[in-house]
Amino acid sequence: MNERSLQELAPRVLAAVVRRHGRFDLAEDATQEALMAAAQQWPAEGVPDNPGGWLIAAASRRLIDALRSEAARTRREEAAFAQEPPPGAGVPDADDTLTLLFLCCHPALSPPSQLALTLRAVGGLTTAQIATAFLVPEATMAQRISRAKATIADAGARFELPPDHERAARLVVVLHVLYLIFNEGYTATSGERLQRRELAHEAIRLTRTTRALLPGDGEVAGLLALMLLTQARSGARDRPDGTLIPLAEQDRLSWDSALIEEGTQLIGQTLSRSPLGPYQLQAAIVAVHAEAATVADTDWPQVLKLYDLLHALVPSPVVTLNRAVAVAMVDGPRAGLANLDALDGDRRLALHHRLASVRAHLHEMAGATQAALAGYEDAARRAMSIPEQRYLQAQVQRLSGDVENPPTAPTIG
Amino acid sequence: MRYILLIYQNTEAWNGLSQEDKNVFMRAAGDIVEELSATGEWVGGEGLADASQARSTRVRDGVVTVTDGPFLEAKEALAGYCIVDVATPERSEEIAARWPDAQHWGMEIRALMHGGGEEG
Repeated sequence: MNERSLQELAPRVLAAVVRRHGRFDLAEDATQEALMAAAQQWPAEGVPDNPGGWLIAAASRRLIDALRSEAARTRREEAAFAQEPPPGAGVPDADDTLTLLFLCCHPALSPPSQLALTLRAVGGLTTAQIATAFLVPEATMAQRISRAKATIADAGARFELPPDHERAARLVVVLHVLYLIFNEGYTATSGERLQRRELAHEAIRLTRTTRALLPGDGEVAGLLALMLLTQARSGARDRPDGTLIPLAEQDRLSWDSALIEEGTQLIGQTLSRSPLGPYQLQAAIVAVHAEAATVADTDWPQVLKLYDLLHALVPSPVVTLNRAVAVAMVDGPRAGLANLDALDGDRRLALHHRLASVRAHLHEMAGATQAALAGYEDAARRAMSIPEQRYLQAQVQRLSGDVENPPTAPTIG
Repeated sequence: MRYILLIYQNTEAWNGLSQEDKNVFMRAAGDIVEELSATGEWVGGEGLADASQARSTRVRDGVVTVTDGPFLEAKEALAGYCIVDVATPERSEEIAARWPDAQHWGMEIRALMHGGGEEG
């Protein structure tokens, strides 16, 4: 049995242990320990006939030990719980995984805590793996997870689905957490540790699980499609030294066609069946890019229409920024630049490097090289990522060369 | 997003505080660390030994010079740092303002650069 299968059992074992003994916090630690024991013992001793049952029994024993050391149980209860489960009993219904997912995304938790707890309790990752992926010392991550469980308990959360009137809002948080995990993984570059980049695969796996549990939900499907279509580019987006390659310059032959096929089919089906939502729209936009064999083939009018819909649904400075690029491709750079002026009023975005770099790019498209150069310099100063900063500095270099030796024809981006 | 909060302490003023006042300081800082650990925003941090114990190194034309004291000649010197992982830049400002040092001298907030990034 490989690591992936153990991970898949993790949330269901945890759910079974919590249902049997309560104490989500101790149950979660006990499940972790049982998984680690299995990972060590099974390769040597062989996988048991009922792996789920083995894990539940192992976790239960550890939980009882923990309770014993808390001096909270009577001997009689210990004896009853220490019995092996009947041979037929395996892991319960997958529905409890959904309960667990909702619990880990409890609103009382901060996003870093939601991410960490989800990856451990639902993802079955070890604390060490999560710590490495998030560039945090293991002891710090262990404490973050343990505090997260205490916070949930203090908030009075129970091991059950949130009430109907809260469920939709909680699902939005779950999807956001899954998206954040994906983004951490996807934006990691080749120069970074493998465990960091694997977060993208984890996020896709957890989103597939969520989709299996909520097959009718359009936004869950949309998020999965968005992840698949985005992940398709992961081999083309950076060089081995970590230098970023913008979408327009990527070698599309190295995009993963299987992921594109799956993502495109999924979003196509979903759009025809479900009420529109932001993840679906974002997936549709990425699908339009993925369908274009070359940059020049991109159906920009379609991209613009989708951004119009997205802006109507969830207006945000980021959407405005991305839409302005589409406007520039359809109506010319000056039209795109005009759209950007509206963003100067937003304090946070006005200082952000992306506004400066998009503006610089459009200035370049419009032939205003000096303005583009100044924009890229500004953006490079504001950048918070080393690869992005390097990319922006490279544009400054390139344009400095152009200013000294202007090309004979205007540059059209 | 991750930020480092740098404590720029007025060394003379700190050394002029009574032990009792210093204890109040430490406890306040300890409480915030507790709180940030509970929210999952705490990543790490350390207090630095007194600025008078610092050494500064320069190498010019292959010649190594080590001098006693901090790199910059100023009333304030680094006394410690903390690294936090927060959802917004505003939250980093909120945390910095709570630090006891913010009330007596000052804190500098610097974003940590990511190793990854968006390809745009």
